[in-house]
Amino acid sequence: MAEKIKKLTFWNVMFGLIVIVGVIATIRRFALGLGATTGLSDAVPWGMWIGFDVMSGVALAAGGFTISALVYIFNLKEFKPIVRPAILTAFLGYILVAVGLLFDLGRPWFIWHPIIFHNPHSVMLEVAWCVMLYLTVLALEFFPAFLERYRLTKAVKVIKIATPVLVIAGVLLSTLHQSSLGSLFLIVPHKLHPLWYSTRLPWLFYTSAIAIGFGMVIVESYLSSRAFGKSLERHIVIDLSRAMLVSLVFLAVLRVQDLIARDALHYMFQGTFEAQMFWIENALLIIIPVTLVAIRRIRHHPMGPYFAGLSAVMGLVMNRMNVAVTGMSAHTGYYWPSWEEIMITVFLVTLGFAAFAWAIRNLPVFGHTPWREVVYVNPLQKTPASEQSPALHPANAWLR
Amino acid sequence: MSRQRALLIDITRCVGCGACTEACREQNGLPEVEDTDLSANSFTVVQEKGDYYVRKLCRHCVEPTCVSVCPVGAFTKTPDGPVTYDATKCIGCRYCMMACPFEVPRYEWDRKAPLVTKCIMCHERVKEGGQTACAEACPAEATTFGYRDELIEEAHRRIRENPDDYYDHIYGEHEVGGTNVLFLSPVKFEDLGFRTDLGERPLPELTWEILKKIPTLVTTGGVALAGIWWLVNRRTTVDQLRHESGERHPHQPNTTDIERGRDNG
Repeated sequence: MAEKIKKLTFWNVMFGLIVIVGVIATIRRFALGLGATTGLSDAVPWGMWIGFDVMSGVALAAGGFTISALVYIFNLKEFKPIVRPAILTAFLGYILVAVGLLFDLGRPWFIWHPIIFHNPHSVMLEVAWCVMLYLTVLALEFFPAFLERYRLTKAVKVIKIATPVLVIAGVLLSTLHQSSLGSLFLIVPHKLHPLWYSTRLPWLFYTSAIAIGFGMVIVESYLSSRAFGKSLERHIVIDLSRAMLVSLVFLAVLRVQDLIARDALHYMFQGTFEAQMFWIENALLIIIPVTLVAIRRIRHHPMGPYFAGLSAVMGLVMNRMNVAVTGMSAHTGYYWPSWEEIMITVFLVTLGFAAFAWAIRNLPVFGHTPWREVVYVNPLQKTPASEQSPALHPANAWLR
Repeated sequence: MSRQRALLIDITRCVGCGACTEACREQNGLPEVEDTDLSANSFTVVQEKGDYYVRKLCRHCVEPTCVSVCPVGAFTKTPDGPVTYDATKCIGCRYCMMACPFEVPRYEWDRKAPLVTKCIMCHERVKEGGQTACAEACPAEATTFGYRDELIEEAHRRIRENPDDYYDHIYGEHEVGGTNVLFLSPVKFEDLGFRTDLGERPLPELTWEILKKIPTLVTTGGVALAGIWWLVNRRTTVDQLRHESGERHPHQPNTTDIERGRDNG
């Protein structure tokens, strides 16, 4: 017990430090401008905030639409316990994307301009609209958690009727903007390295987002089991890892097919900086997770799906960074993020974790009793989690 | 639609005096700085490439990439040729800088409310029937202003009459669908740092290929998803009703009611 308090204190201190440094970096960003506080330049106008905070952030939040589609459209009730955590992650993820954009935009006070000024030929306009609308959909999808918390059962019923409409809208909007983040780069055929530039970029982005949506839910389930003693039942995690495996293999096929069709396979074996980045990316995103999950013993090991998911998440982030920044560096020039760019990113992710933790403790998210009443469940323990979890809280009756 | 104005830049004639850059500074109220490349303070520069002087400035594409990518439509291709920028709309996403095939737009990185900067082909002067400041200032007639079709004719005439002095190509006649800044060169364009791999297809077509599919995707996707939802959930409801009335499910003849009850629970 004493050890646990020490651990908690360490994380609290870390949290405090990150918030202090993050606030200082934020003040510097807005007081001094982009030039003084970022590694960006005329040659490299997009950096870490776009590649990581926005592009990766949106992909990592894809679990929100895939899981809700599986449960509400395809009626796979097995996944119902993870709808809430997945939607919560997506909701927080998209809020962080929007906040990250406020840091990156040169004139963030005009972020609402796409609402009144439209250029229908711009992929960016489409992304902006989809993200705005999907954020609204996610808010509505997560809203019942608040209503249930305060026992507003009538209001819950009203939203439940709208659920299929919300889910279908969410799938359509996600399909559009997840793929469109790839379409953004269709316009730079002469700048982006041929290992990444493809007219199939929208498909590659969409497929990898679906795969990583599953991976992220697995990682999240593990992290919340460590932090709050709330994990998913093992068979759900295993099925999620299977879904990730299938979508990753699909991605791999699409990718190899694309490289062959464009006659770009040989770039992989040139030993260039880009080729190395490409290999690391694909090892993390496809080769390692697929291998881990494909082996039954690893898949059924408590840590197996987690490591596979973590690897895929890192690979996805590398993929988005490679497309947005690294893949163009040979053409544009050197870029390395400033400490402000890095620390603001860390700051935002930390705030996201804090918000997630708050929601888990105070709202019916994982379908267990609020946090303080639950015993710590060791995920390494052999007994299935279902046998350990306490009875359902009345507020969680929706799980039945 | 009025005929498009353009600039013809003849590299064989340029002496590198820099009068164009001076005139540009004066016209646009830019500070006196010695830039070797475009910047927030220099909308045009004269670059030394071996034995020759090459001007760099916005090409005012016939189908501009910046106009197509800007989400809020801050860039406009005016009917008379220049590509202009409306600072009041700009949100600062910098997609124009990413997308421009000629890498022209620059950013005011040092300002707290930064804007994109680039040559706007002295749009106000052109609108009133005048010519650009740079063309007016050029003492060697290396930069000349006129109608695009006439300038292309003139360029072809120069190549035809002095084939030994010119490389047989007008850069900008067809590149990315054509530009309103045309170049004539004594040597191959790639030797002067021009990109010769851009092709003749306007880049905005690449994204439009995808964007134009959105209405179809939304309608068919919406109907398909709603259909799947209806079919799948209807089947579940029917199963449940059958179960409640004690009827056997046609596809599960050997399943007992108790087992099925567990499956549905």
